[in-house]
Amino acid sequence: MSVVISGAKVLTESGEQRLDVRIDNELISEMSANITPSAGDVVLSAQGCHVLPGFVDLHTHLREPGKEDSETIETGSRAGAKGGYTALVAMPNTTPAQDSIPIIEFVRAQGLRAGLVEVVPSGCITVGRAGVALAPLAELARNGVKIFTDDGSGVQDPAIMRRAMEYSRELGITLAQHCEVSALTAGAVMNECSCSSEMGVPGWPALAEELMVHRDIELAKLTGARIHFLHLSTAGSVHLVREAKKAGLPITAEVTPHHLSLTEELLKSFDSTFKVNPPLRSAADIEALKEGLLDGTIDAIATDHAPHVKRDKELPLDQAPPGMLGLETALGVVLSAVPMSATQLAAVMSTNPARIAGLSDRHGMLAAIGRPANLCVVDLDAQWNVDPKQLASKSTNTPFVGRMLRGKVRHTIFEGVVVVNEGVAQR
Amino acid sequence: MKHCRSIDELGKEGLLRLLDSTDQMAEINRRPIPKVPALRGKTVVSLFFEDSTRTRLSFETAAKRLSAETMTFSVSTSSVNKGESLRDTVETITDMGVHAFVVRHKSAGVPWQIAQWTNASIINAGDGAHQHPTQALVDCYTVREAIGRHSLDGLNVTIVGDIKHSRVARSNIAAFTMLGARVTLVAPPTLLPPHTGQWPVQISHSLDEVLASTDVLYMLRLQSERMDQGLIPHLGEYGNRFGLTDVRAQRLQSSAVVMHPGPMNRGVEMHVDPADLPNSLIHKQVANGVSVRMAVLFDVLARGAEVNSLKEEVVA
Repeated sequence: MSVVISGAKVLTESGEQRLDVRIDNELISEMSANITPSAGDVVLSAQGCHVLPGFVDLHTHLREPGKEDSETIETGSRAGAKGGYTALVAMPNTTPAQDSIPIIEFVRAQGLRAGLVEVVPSGCITVGRAGVALAPLAELARNGVKIFTDDGSGVQDPAIMRRAMEYSRELGITLAQHCEVSALTAGAVMNECSCSSEMGVPGWPALAEELMVHRDIELAKLTGARIHFLHLSTAGSVHLVREAKKAGLPITAEVTPHHLSLTEELLKSFDSTFKVNPPLRSAADIEALKEGLLDGTIDAIATDHAPHVKRDKELPLDQAPPGMLGLETALGVVLSAVPMSATQLAAVMSTNPARIAGLSDRHGMLAAIGRPANLCVVDLDAQWNVDPKQLASKSTNTPFVGRMLRGKVRHTIFEGVVVVNEGVAQR
Repeated sequence: MKHCRSIDELGKEGLLRLLDSTDQMAEINRRPIPKVPALRGKTVVSLFFEDSTRTRLSFETAAKRLSAETMTFSVSTSSVNKGESLRDTVETITDMGVHAFVVRHKSAGVPWQIAQWTNASIINAGDGAHQHPTQALVDCYTVREAIGRHSLDGLNVTIVGDIKHSRVARSNIAAFTMLGARVTLVAPPTLLPPHTGQWPVQISHSLDEVLASTDVLYMLRLQSERMDQGLIPHLGEYGNRFGLTDVRAQRLQSSAVVMHPGPMNRGVEMHVDPADLPNSLIHKQVANGVSVRMAVLFDVLARGAEVNSLKEEVVA
């Protein structure tokens, strides 16, 4: 029994082509203009749709272990699959944190059990994400961890960050920084702007991000280590990264769908759905981020999918935890905010993030015979409304309720298996 | 008017209506028995998550003078200490049948959140550093009374102190400006919020420079924790630069008035004894508090039919 995708435009090494695709035993086995399905084949209708490499999210909070009431590896995997993802990098700010082999193996095992996407655990840079002592980077790297971060907070101490970069250079891993000088963001609720001043809430200045971006660019220069910048949110950060890349430094960066589409004014409602870290910024920042995405300064879209239970999001704005859902809306939000070709989309959603996460041998690959079948079938023109009741995530904290989005995932194929068919998860 | 949460939501029309209605309430308060049956059958809950003396007492007094039932919720004796959420607290009290919540909370925005969970009216008695609309109503009413005219056109109002953390300042800037006054903020840059460029105010960092042109000098309370946060070097330096001393009081125009929302920090922002100031409105502010809050409660809870009841008396 095989899977046949019929009627689609397939993104291949030689561009976009009208092809049918046959998948057998986890691999693409045939691509031709017209494949006649055999009895028993699973046929995915894909008229007018694109076949793209499955999306890879560099930034997912799956909350397990520790906060299973807001999300589990299974529910988060399902949300990812519905969003067209075939691999999710699980952020390490779990309880306990992902700073040891047993926790890494637990996360991986739960991902395998769910069987909807590849769950790729990231490791912590410092023990317990406390910023004091280096986590066992080499030991974790030997166990297959490729990307390390203290996400949730940045590594504050420049000496620790320098050591982490020096130590990691020969390990073939990537350090990913959440750029926030926390001394400048104490109590911060939203972007520091005229709105925050009117609302009487402490602001999160762009400077707090840019100082750390600048510091880590200088450390990359000093140590030669690779650094990836998580969820950049300001025009100044885009400028710094653009200049550093021109100078040839081994730097990559990501931006979230919400930082490309939502602005600080939404917080005027005091609705904590819009509270996120880094915060929603100004329209000018959005323009700079879009420009950075289109000119290659920013390599990847990453969701920063951050589920929270309703009772936590119902706390007063200053006490509610930051974060919003992202996996199931990413494609639609990105395409609605930034018009892109299928080729550009595949680069920022699949190929580049797969490379940054060290997954290029099985994810983010353009379709070709013999390659792993980690694919998504997307309708780039379909319009749809976000209904929180339809989400697979265990939480409902999406800021896109009622928004008309353009671009919808129809099918997702993970390791040759149809895990999402016509938008419905099969597992 | 369903709610009273911010000066912006009230708008100029609402502000003027409430100030006019305060005159009526002040008349009631001058009667031998200052009580009318206007809000009989209505229940008002004071939901105070933050300490307060004058605001809470003046709301409760106002409610009683309008014959509303009052309930007081105080955090220290409530289920909040057993981990009850804000939403559960509001929904529980709503189930008891209440018509208005008077809310104070240390977090900005709580009056807007609460409104999603109850049909009752919400009156904001202070949310974080955001708004304190009834204080601004009190202050505008008090100034109008002192200068003997309704319009504040051309009046120079100087607000001195910790603007950054002050809900009183935010409400007063909006209210005084709506009534035509020119507002000047005086503070060290660290006690001003960032990005005030779009605010309809003048900014100064020197009290001495603006004293001579000030008609209304509004002193804000400075909390000593601002020193611990590194926003000012020490209270003494603050007092020397921004405190109202005898010398500065003497440099005020003879017609200028002095205000303070209380509680005062004597020796910090207030060096001069207010009793020695010829034109202090500080006691007037407290006295007018009850009338203003009666006007707000009446506006929020009375529906036409009750209007005549303001003329009646309650026979004990």
